[in-house]
Amino acid sequence: MATVAVIDYGMGNLHSIAKALKTVSPESDVMITAGKKFILSANYVVFPGVGAIRDCMHTLTKSGLDETIREVASKGTPLLAICIGMQALLEHSEENGGIDCLGVLPGKVVKFATNLTDNDNKKLKIPHIGWNKVNYIYNKPLFINIEQNERFYFVHSYHSSEVGNNNTIATCNYPNSFPCALKWENIVAVQFHPEKSQRAGLQLLKNFLNWDGKS
Amino acid sequence: MGLAKRIIPCLDVDNGRVVKGVQFVDIRDAGDPVEIARRYDKEGADEITFLDITASSDNRETIVNVVEQVAGEVFIPLTVGGGIRTLEDIRRMLKAGADKVGINTAAVFNPEFVKQAAERFGSQCIVVAIDAKSVSAKGEPKRWEIFTHGGRKETGLDAIEWAKKMVTFGAGEILLTSMDRDGTKIGFDLELTRAISEAVDVPVIASGGVGTLDHLADGVTKGKADAVLAASIFHFAEYTIAQAKQHMQDKGIEVRL
Repeated sequence: MATVAVIDYGMGNLHSIAKALKTVSPESDVMITAGKKFILSANYVVFPGVGAIRDCMHTLTKSGLDETIREVASKGTPLLAICIGMQALLEHSEENGGIDCLGVLPGKVVKFATNLTDNDNKKLKIPHIGWNKVNYIYNKPLFINIEQNERFYFVHSYHSSEVGNNNTIATCNYPNSFPCALKWENIVAVQFHPEKSQRAGLQLLKNFLNWDGKS
Repeated sequence: MGLAKRIIPCLDVDNGRVVKGVQFVDIRDAGDPVEIARRYDKEGADEITFLDITASSDNRETIVNVVEQVAGEVFIPLTVGGGIRTLEDIRRMLKAGADKVGINTAAVFNPEFVKQAAERFGSQCIVVAIDAKSVSAKGEPKRWEIFTHGGRKETGLDAIEWAKKMVTFGAGEILLTSMDRDGTKIGFDLELTRAISEAVDVPVIASGGVGTLDHLADGVTKGKADAVLAASIFHFAEYTIAQAKQHMQDKGIEVRL
């Protein structure tokens, strides 16, 4: 029986992500936890989150979970980071006046450029909220059995940038292209919320739980 | 271009039951919120909004239970509004599985609360709900003001200025309800919707007055809304969400089908 640890650091919709994981893999033992031992011994680790980066980094460092996440990343356990979790793995974020992040993955987090317009010449709204198309470059490991340009649910004002071309596995346009899914060895990270993206999102979570953390 | 316009069914929940009144009277029982949410999810709703109208604070736990149950099986975004007054209220709702909270009256009485909430939880989960009513006389340039307590209490706040202020305070979305239209089924106040949508940089959800599928489409094409919210046309199965989306697509609006 696979064990799945959903990291609880006081941020985000943990209930939803845990239920979504349980839905796609009823036989797995899914636990919402801040327990370092459990996180380090789990077969799969999910690093979720919503919220602002300063509080996110603050609670991570205060609890020591920042070190736990680094350990998970380096020991090869399949790790899925979602939304602010993805941003926290990068080196630096512009949010809250500039915050150093975990630096587990190369790249930084920048604000959407303001004063952009959409196709109707209407001012582009920030945050980027809603269902947008995801264009994947590699279907493995996350996008197996998911159609190209399938819509996923996004809600964010900042996005990753300069992550290195080979690490981007999917992009989204708003209106310019930005990386919305990353892969680095045993780590995958998505800006959108698979646990809120209905069927496609559940399929992505299923794919993650079928992944060996390598290919 | 990509981002789809959203259709958001809204459930007014009173003591754990879905109700819908016409201009806040004649409340009809529309059923079990979990069952209804399940149906909307199947039909392709882009999000679901719960508005807790439970009067007594003793019964506030019921909405938490509803959100928990729905979040356990419906994997689309959930917003909860009604009675959100403290950071602890927000934390509790997010913990139960809500993705966003709607702040209405508390924002009017204490605008700083919106600032604190956005700082703590991020703007992306802070929806400021604005209930606006037309106050200009016939022939005057159009003006709308903010009303609280279901449209009964005036505040003297100009709706457009208020919306702008709430965005600078950290609102990630504006849920705009026309109190003149709410429950009437004669369509959104399109002038109001457009005025607010063009005044702010964040997405605007139009609400209040939907009676037909054309009304939904008009909210986007004429009102420039980013999302449209409706309650009774979906609850009583006059239209399904799928029909609404198809209709919007036929009108050239990008939707998630």
